Amino acid sequence: MKDFEFHRPATVKDAVALVAGTSGAKYLGGGQSLLPVMKLDLAEPAALVSLARIPGLADIRVDGGTIAIGALCTHDQVARSPEVAKAIPALAELAGHIGDAQVRNRGTLGGSVAHADPAADYPAALLGLGATVVTDRGAHAADGYFKGLFETALADGELVTAVRFPVPRRAAYVKFAHRASKYAVVGVFVAETTAGVRVAITGAGATVFRSTAMEAALTASMTPGALDGITVPPDDLNNDAEASAEYRAHLCVVMAKRAVAALR
Amino acid sequence: MSNAQGIGAAVKRKEDRRFLVGKGQYTDDVTLPNQSYAVFVRSPYGHAKVNGVDAKAALAAPGVLAVLTGADVAADGLGGIPCGWLVKSKDGSPMVEPPHPALAQGKVRHVGDPVAMVIASTKAAAKAAAALVEVDYEPLPAVGLLANAIVPGAPQVWDEAPGNVCFDWHIGDPATTDAAFAKAAHVVELDLVNNRVAPNPMEPRAANGNFDGANDQYTLYTTSQNPHLTRLLLAAFTLKVPEHKLRVIAPDVGGGFGSKIFHYAEELLVLWASRRVGRPVKWTSDRMEAFQTDAHGRDHISNAKLALDASGKFLGLRVHTYAAMGAYLSTFAPAVPTYLYATLLSGPYDFPAIYAEVKAIFTNTVAVDAYRGAGRPEATYLLERLVEKAARQLGMDRVELRRKNLIRADQFPYQTQVALQYDIGDYQATLDLALKEANYAGYAARAAASQANGKLRGFGMSTYIEACGIAPSALVGALGARAGLYEAANVRVHPTGSVTVFTGTHSHGQGHETTFAQLIADRLGVSTDQVEVVHGDTDRIPFGMGTYGSRSASVGGSAIVKALDKIVDKGKKIAAHLLEASVADIEFKDGQYRVVGTDRVKAFGEVAFAAYVPHNYPIETVEPGLEESAFYDPKNFTFPGGTHLVEVEIDPDTGVVEVASVTIADDVGVIINPMIVDGQAHGGLAQGIGQALLEEAVYDAEGQLTNGTYMGYCMPRAADLPNFKVGNHVTACTHNPLGIKGVGEVGAIGVPPAVINAVLDALAPLGVTDISMPATPEKVWRAIQAAKAGKGA
Repeated sequence: MKDFEFHRPATVKDAVALVAGTSGAKYLGGGQSLLPVMKLDLAEPAALVSLARIPGLADIRVDGGTIAIGALCTHDQVARSPEVAKAIPALAELAGHIGDAQVRNRGTLGGSVAHADPAADYPAALLGLGATVVTDRGAHAADGYFKGLFETALADGELVTAVRFPVPRRAAYVKFAHRASKYAVVGVFVAETTAGVRVAITGAGATVFRSTAMEAALTASMTPGALDGITVPPDDLNNDAEASAEYRAHLCVVMAKRAVAALR
Repeated sequence: MSNAQGIGAAVKRKEDRRFLVGKGQYTDDVTLPNQSYAVFVRSPYGHAKVNGVDAKAALAAPGVLAVLTGADVAADGLGGIPCGWLVKSKDGSPMVEPPHPALAQGKVRHVGDPVAMVIASTKAAAKAAAALVEVDYEPLPAVGLLANAIVPGAPQVWDEAPGNVCFDWHIGDPATTDAAFAKAAHVVELDLVNNRVAPNPMEPRAANGNFDGANDQYTLYTTSQNPHLTRLLLAAFTLKVPEHKLRVIAPDVGGGFGSKIFHYAEELLVLWASRRVGRPVKWTSDRMEAFQTDAHGRDHISNAKLALDASGKFLGLRVHTYAAMGAYLSTFAPAVPTYLYATLLSGPYDFPAIYAEVKAIFTNTVAVDAYRGAGRPEATYLLERLVEKAARQLGMDRVELRRKNLIRADQFPYQTQVALQYDIGDYQATLDLALKEANYAGYAARAAASQANGKLRGFGMSTYIEACGIAPSALVGALGARAGLYEAANVRVHPTGSVTVFTGTHSHGQGHETTFAQLIADRLGVSTDQVEVVHGDTDRIPFGMGTYGSRSASVGGSAIVKALDKIVDKGKKIAAHLLEASVADIEFKDGQYRVVGTDRVKAFGEVAFAAYVPHNYPIETVEPGLEESAFYDPKNFTFPGGTHLVEVEIDPDTGVVEVASVTIADDVGVIINPMIVDGQAHGGLAQGIGQALLEEAVYDAEGQLTNGTYMGYCMPRAADLPNFKVGNHVTACTHNPLGIKGVGEVGAIGVPPAVINAVLDALAPLGVTDISMPATPEKVWRAIQAAKAGKGA
């Protein structure tokens, strides 16, 4: 690991200024994605700007039909939050199955959303619920936020401060976990929202995506059987040692059916 | 049991306190004054010419003390890493034994092959400088897969090994086997692969070498299962210094599973580098380095044929196996697919004829050598898959086919057709016990319940034997071993009756500090708290062979008991003097010497005290002191065996296999500590299930290890495993003083075929007939899809 500067600013403003003013600087949330790649010398940031001392970034607030979760909330905090469990049990459940206990104790919502790992779980919830990513300089609708492999709508130095999730009527997330890493080989988030049915799939492609075919079928009938005969084209899906594109395409439908059966 | 802590007592492990409070002392915990650190520059290619190594930039980097290469190794006359077992081909010619320089000279032959060693004052400095070493590689055609190495025209790992063949060996009688097949009513044939696995001990390998120039004395701290073997190979072959000038210490070692038996180049290199730089040199493997450089296990491709008569009685077995050796011959590599594999092919069965041929093959991969079970799991997997297929093909009940062919209890000692003579066993008893404990009679109801739940349930079994405590030395020497396989012990009774035991075995998770203390408690009647067990330091312990092949209790324990017998006998002479009785009238029981039939006694502690303060003492006939040594060379192997039963539930929509239950009944001989024996069985089962469902070290055709991290290589975790039911039926080994057979490897040996047989049983109704290890979800799903497509066509 190369030497780097380490900063612990007390405000969002200072954090953003530090990253803007230091070439090669990175925000540090829980470090569960960044630190492993730094240890392998695959990332060599000149400076780390820790968000740990900024007050207010780890709050969970219910606001009418929306629940706002601070970017620095750990997965464990979200999984155990009574507010989240009451408003969107599927989200609490999802957070409770990210990685392992150590990862959940350190990893943060904001870190996951900013990193946009193609196999991360949170992106499925964001896209499946039609969430809004709140940053130091504005907001992004989830529908335009995830652009591609580790690629988001965030500008350079833009800091995620919270995510606002609209509370759905019912939702469920079911994932097929990688045996070794526990990342999603395929994870499907199904939600019945005031704006209609949404189906978001993570792990299967370069980034999370919606299945309009499944959404149409489930709009007609919110039953697992409604997905019979639906296929996901394997052409653009990930193809690796753990799961071929063809197998992933199959799993998309199986996991979607199980999510429908688990809606609550 | 003569003592509540003696043989048969589930005493809690004495060593666990220091491990649980984080006070274990592992090799990497040893930091010496003026410590320096080594990092290796390793080949990124499976096969390449090394045209040059430019170390100028690295040498100029801060903190760097030296950059050493293969040229330096050659110039200083270091020996190549030797192989410890010579196997001869069918035609009598010796195996091809290629050179193995500690740092590559001219060519690299696997990813991870060390090319240069960077030594610096900190590990970070060494790592940074290692990135500056420029190696001019010229990639050569490589062969990363065993299946590719055996085809004509395959790239050559070694010029001197045409066709990549290291040796072409056989055992058994081809003529009687041919005759058996000629008269067979049924022949069952199976092609199968035994998947390559990486050992993954929790503690990665490490070595810290220190040369004391003032005294010409070398000290090596290393993660070894057998420090004396390492010292012998360093002294005689690689470092070439006298043994009395070399001390090897294997302190706490965090698991080995075979991979820490072998003498690795790094152990030599840190000692040599310390001599060159004048400071102690420490190297600690990181996890990716461990995947690339620890010797792997298994990696066989086999064809097997079983001949049966019309009633299902086995007539003969014919096996052809290709076994990967990797690029270099590791210490015991040639013995594994020969004397630890083919000699086990009779299994627990009465076979009139067996013929096996084994071709050992070089590949551009890290070496393959002993891994928990070493050869015996490969034999068991082959035999039990084949027997299961026979039951299905002949339409016979899987239990009854096995029962019909198991060696009967009245047939022992049983001479197999592949050299071994089993002393004792009762395979019917372990079979019956396992079936009862598993409620086999209720299986149909459980299968129906799974089906109602949308799952496919399968039942799988294996009846197996294994061979432990490989011996005697004279026999293994005749078979090519370049070392003896006895064990040594020294028992030192202190003046107030406490005891220190010095053993040549090594504990790296086995709990010897407890089980050996129990032997002392049992024999001398002292508390285990009064016993200290010392291992792992060649300057303290007698010359012993270490721990592997489930040998510690049966061979090492027997050496301790022999020494204890001498202690007890000497004590009788002292007690007779103190009690003014004749030696013949003294008995020793429950820690007391007694004049038979009287209440005249001397406690063991009083006798010990008299031995060291010999004021009133038979000094004319008995020397002072109470300390005895013994070496024990067994007459034969020991043969644990048993039955392993597995039930799985398969999700047909995803192909996920869940292990629903595991029930085993083993005969491991006499048990010293049932809790530790259960724990050993549990660990072995976890690794066996890991091999069957989760683990595989995957090289590509060019010799790149494609899954050498925990993001890709799947280790078994608690959630992957059910609670295990472990039963034991004891027949005591007939030829060692304790009746012990061994337990360290039984789980890893017996369970993999039971898992796969269960998977195939679950999938049989769909028409699936074969699946390879590991039975991953996609592999199972594909087998289901293919079977469906086949049926539709």
